[in-house]
Amino acid sequence: MEYTARTLLGAAALSLLASTAFAETLTIATVNNGDMIRMQGLTDDFTKKTGHEVEWVTLEENVLRQRVTTDITTKGGAFDIMTIGMYETPIWGKNGWLVPLDDLSAEYDVDDLLPAMRAGLSYDGTLFAAPFYGESSMIMYRTDLMEKAGLEMPEAPTWQFIREAAKAMTDRDNDINGICLRGKAGWGEGGAFITVTGNSFGARWFDENWNAQFDQPEWAEALNFFVGMMNESGPAGYATNGFNENLSLFQQGRCGMWIDATVAASFVTNPDDSTVADKVGFALAPNSEGVDKKSNWLWAWALAIPAGTQKADAAKEFIEWATSKGYIELVAENEGWANVPPGARTSLYENPNYKDIPFAKMTLDSILAADPNNPTVKPVPYVGIQFVAIPEFAGIGTEVSQEFSAAYAGQQSVEEALAKAQALTNDAMEAAGYR
Amino acid sequence: MARAVTNNRKAFNTALAWLVGLLIFFPILWTVLTSFKTEAQAINDPPLFLFFDWTLENYSVVQERSDYLRYLWNSVFIAGGSTLLGIVIAVPAAWSMAFVPSRRTKDVLLWMLSTKMLPAVGVLYPIYLLFIQLGLLDTRIGLTIVLMLINLPIIVWMLYTYFREIPAEILEAARMDGASLREEILYVLTPMAVPGIASTILLNFILAWNEAFWTLNLTAANAAPLTAFIASYSSPEGLFYAKLSAASTMAIAPILILGWFSQKQLVRGLTFGAVK
Repeated sequence: MEYTARTLLGAAALSLLASTAFAETLTIATVNNGDMIRMQGLTDDFTKKTGHEVEWVTLEENVLRQRVTTDITTKGGAFDIMTIGMYETPIWGKNGWLVPLDDLSAEYDVDDLLPAMRAGLSYDGTLFAAPFYGESSMIMYRTDLMEKAGLEMPEAPTWQFIREAAKAMTDRDNDINGICLRGKAGWGEGGAFITVTGNSFGARWFDENWNAQFDQPEWAEALNFFVGMMNESGPAGYATNGFNENLSLFQQGRCGMWIDATVAASFVTNPDDSTVADKVGFALAPNSEGVDKKSNWLWAWALAIPAGTQKADAAKEFIEWATSKGYIELVAENEGWANVPPGARTSLYENPNYKDIPFAKMTLDSILAADPNNPTVKPVPYVGIQFVAIPEFAGIGTEVSQEFSAAYAGQQSVEEALAKAQALTNDAMEAAGYR
Repeated sequence: MARAVTNNRKAFNTALAWLVGLLIFFPILWTVLTSFKTEAQAINDPPLFLFFDWTLENYSVVQERSDYLRYLWNSVFIAGGSTLLGIVIAVPAAWSMAFVPSRRTKDVLLWMLSTKMLPAVGVLYPIYLLFIQLGLLDTRIGLTIVLMLINLPIIVWMLYTYFREIPAEILEAARMDGASLREEILYVLTPMAVPGIASTILLNFILAWNEAFWTLNLTAANAAPLTAFIASYSSPEGLFYAKLSAASTMAIAPILILGWFSQKQLVRGLTFGAVK
């Protein structure tokens, strides 16, 4: 009897010791947005299931990018998991800086990830980051103002329709701008928007030999169209407006239309923050007449494991938990279906509970319409829709968008901006050895 | 001889001083006011000044989401430690430059100041690599050393300026009375330069408290100070201005209070030697 009790006690102590020995504390670098903050609040569920603790380092997007880039290039090991995007993942995966996610459990069901997301977060067929949420871009418009203008938004409008509708919806006396779009300098801000607009006019950043293409007529047409439309119907000072500035304008009822990230849909339809929550319609991002490419982008915030970490196994457990079907259900249970992280899994869009969300279908359609391997009409040597997935692009994209923003602000002409963009891009590509 | 000032002129000067003061203070006031608004009120157009439904919700959300006291302790440790360490090194350095200058003293002073002219990001990678090798990444000690080093030129310059105002004969007299070098600096020079040293400490404490490049780039979860606390509430995709304002108010409150209580020393130190 005594022997049995001792054995049992010993086994219990051993198992306790084993679980303590394997319990890790993971440091996770992440961005500050609604979905990520929600995940932080639900981390206890992960700790309860695995015993691993989690320390969060939340930073503003640009700070985070600089911070994690410094750490991963120096193998600093400050983080066990990093939140990165579609731009970094293939580049870092190629350089061997990330742990491949090629051995995820069968229960995780990697085939359930939306194909566009899986492709954008892989290099050479290997997944290097798991999508936490995905987004594309689409049109959000005021149904009441559209009706007042006597127009009806098609499900897939052209830029020419959008320009006419914007003109008709503009009411300067009541401070209503027909359209609000990003003009702020920065490759991820106005740079991203004008790149996808260029795609939908048939423009491209580079030809097959990495020659800059800003001297081609498609770019002149796209940029002149954008500046003309914004001068007619856009808000004053749009050259410095980014996502947040336009969100603020739209929520206060000062925009007829806004084309931006699909995640904005949950903000503009939230009656706590938006004065127009019940008057918002959605449509696919536009294309120019005769061009078979829409101006929607593709982006995912994803979780990846830096190669320098000593806790890769525990990190994988966390990633499996945070990007699983079970996590989506956990959020739905606690916060409702409208707040689950969108755009990552096919099964979410087959779920009858989620189908009722007004922007769910449009988000999925927008994501499905995006093709990072063929972002524009002509062939390109790069991958990426609103960016070019090469390490040099962050610098080049920001400089080009600064020239464009100067044209939006009226500090130089469109032709001057394009000529400068052409010269600086070719110089940078030559210096980097592409040409 | 004092210049006669008319009452009208006095009133005008006072009003102008208040106006400039309010203008400078307005962004801080606006941040504090925004921290008591809802997110919708924070972006209201026209902006709401005082007449809105005041709420403490943002503070409760921030408190719930972040371990404020840990960030605060890190800030106090790093700003206080780097300032005190800087003073300990700078007092003898400034003494030697002020009282036993060499032909190259001015060049050395200029060289020290020139280290402030290099953008910090230019040395990010070497310092980051050094920190990895020395195991100082995400440690309070590491950050204390870095902030001490980047503020040291300012500390030396300030102390050098104050020490120059002290007559060298007094130190000579102390030496003739048999004071050692340590006693000369500790018991003769330091008490005479207390206002200058106090204002140097205060100014450098504020500089270290507000430093937001190294404190963001060399920390993760353990040593992150209040600058990282604020950065965690900034977002380019989502309007969280009210929460960001609450976090900012909580981060600047300790330094504002310190500045308020020590403004006399600060002004006295900054004008030390201005009138002979």
